[in-house]
Amino acid sequence: MKSFSLLSRGTGVAFLAPAGLLIGAFVIAPFFWVIFVSFTNRSLLGRTAVDPDFVGLANYFSLFDAATFFTRGEFGSSLILTIQFVLLSAVVGQAALGMLLAWMLQSVPKSLKHLTETVAIGAWILPEVVIAFAWFAFLDYENGTLNMIMEALGFPRGDWLLSFPFWAIVVFNTWRGTAFSMMLFNSAFSSIPPSYFQAADVAGASSWQKFRDIGFPLIRGHVVTDLILITMWSFNVFTPFLLTSGGPSYRTEILPIYTYRIAFRDFDFGKGAAVGVVVMLINLVFALFYLWVMRRRAKGVAA
Amino acid sequence: MRSYLGLYFTRIGFSVATALIGVFFALPLVWFIFAPFNPRAELGLSIPAPFSLANFEAVFQNGFAMRGLWNSLVQSVGGVILVGGGATLASYALSRSPIPGKSVITYILLLFSSVVSGSAAMVPIFLIINGIGLIDTQIAVILVFAGGLLPTAMFILRDFIDSIPKSYEESAMVAGASPVQAFFDVALPVIRPGIVVVVVWAFVSIWGSFLIPFILLRSSEKMPASVAIYSFYSEAGTPIVTLLAAYSLLYSLPVVILYLFVSWKFGFRFFGGIKA
Repeated sequence: MKSFSLLSRGTGVAFLAPAGLLIGAFVIAPFFWVIFVSFTNRSLLGRTAVDPDFVGLANYFSLFDAATFFTRGEFGSSLILTIQFVLLSAVVGQAALGMLLAWMLQSVPKSLKHLTETVAIGAWILPEVVIAFAWFAFLDYENGTLNMIMEALGFPRGDWLLSFPFWAIVVFNTWRGTAFSMMLFNSAFSSIPPSYFQAADVAGASSWQKFRDIGFPLIRGHVVTDLILITMWSFNVFTPFLLTSGGPSYRTEILPIYTYRIAFRDFDFGKGAAVGVVVMLINLVFALFYLWVMRRRAKGVAA
Repeated sequence: MRSYLGLYFTRIGFSVATALIGVFFALPLVWFIFAPFNPRAELGLSIPAPFSLANFEAVFQNGFAMRGLWNSLVQSVGGVILVGGGATLASYALSRSPIPGKSVITYILLLFSSVVSGSAAMVPIFLIINGIGLIDTQIAVILVFAGGLLPTAMFILRDFIDSIPKSYEESAMVAGASPVQAFFDVALPVIRPGIVVVVVWAFVSIWGSFLIPFILLRSSEKMPASVAIYSFYSEAGTPIVTLLAAYSLLYSLPVVILYLFVSWKFGFRFFGGIKA
């Protein structure tokens, strides 16, 4: 017997068409086009803007040129900077701080819990340019809030964006994104039956023992999900550009900012596309891993 | 006995530590809360005395600033209509029609959308928009956002529609409705909460974005607030802090209101899971 379905195949295709066209033009086509452009010397201006030459792997050789790989402002240095940025601000910063907060929020007074959640979520939902400007004011040398506090505590002022630009964007990204991990772990912790913890309390377990032996093992699956997502987001985040523009002297030029400079300041679209391809390959590894984890979990394999 | 004392001290220790981290999160925002109401605001923190709305008056009288907000609205609403409409139709089709390989399609779309990020795709997206002659148009911004947000929107909505029993539409069709009537009159009202979530999420994503309009737009009168805000500098190159602060607050309001609306109506979990 032919199974009954609500929409005929024709209507189904018609319903899919508008979304399909948009995704085709602005998600799928860019994926293939960026690969194609990365083999050319396409630029914004001049002859190669309309009639680019096929240059083979030249763009990739220039990215991975051993002579300049570690030079500041070149691809390799930017890639290393990005990896450090992701490890420090996403894995150590967002995930660890989010985990710590979520764990502590389980046992602090309700009002404190709500206040803390509110400010952390505020940091996460406000538009990026607003956040960037607030941080600009926060870190300002002359009158910034941070230097005001440093002075009140008897420490010297710092010109944070000039002296510690990399740490500034690491702390900034941690501050901006911790709310997601906090909420994810918070809901994971609250789904553990309270009786597990009560039994541990009766046995005299410390908070650390409860975390190590009950809390953490039971939410391990969520930790994997969280780590993949925040790593991908931080790897692709452009927001630090609003704070430092990649400077001073390329010290905060993570890959998205590097791509922007190569393509839209130097107008070298071919090389910019090659960076895009490398970024997409790295994204692909993470995305495949994420889908694999999700499918495994959907099939009911214990994560 | 010892363990109860231990619990008590743990609670106090955790409260102090949580409060400290809370302060760390609040500090950069404190300036942003006071400066808009201070007609003499500088980058330094000072409590306005007296509180004044003069900065907002200045923003409302600044035609360029207001046009930025208007452009943000045009681009966000335009994008939301395409995302909401496109995702509803598409995810309904994926859920209810006999198209082969439906779950493969959904997974492939999700894969593509996470691989093709704004930073990886800025070059080809610029070239495609340039190629079809839409550089420096608002419609370009709307189309690019719609394409980028649709896969996730479809994924969320499809999950939602799959959880609704088909018998609603089936009984409508037994009563003589056509499939399209069953969709519009029966399914659509039931799917509405899912659409609301997707629409709010898409609106907030477009409203807050900087990179796409920054790359695709040239003329200042088309810039959304996120890009326009960077022109509030005096001729000497110093930021006009009073204007910037008040403008930032106005620009943030829709996001905050929509967030409160969603978390009041649907709880945190929706918003937590879908920000991409």
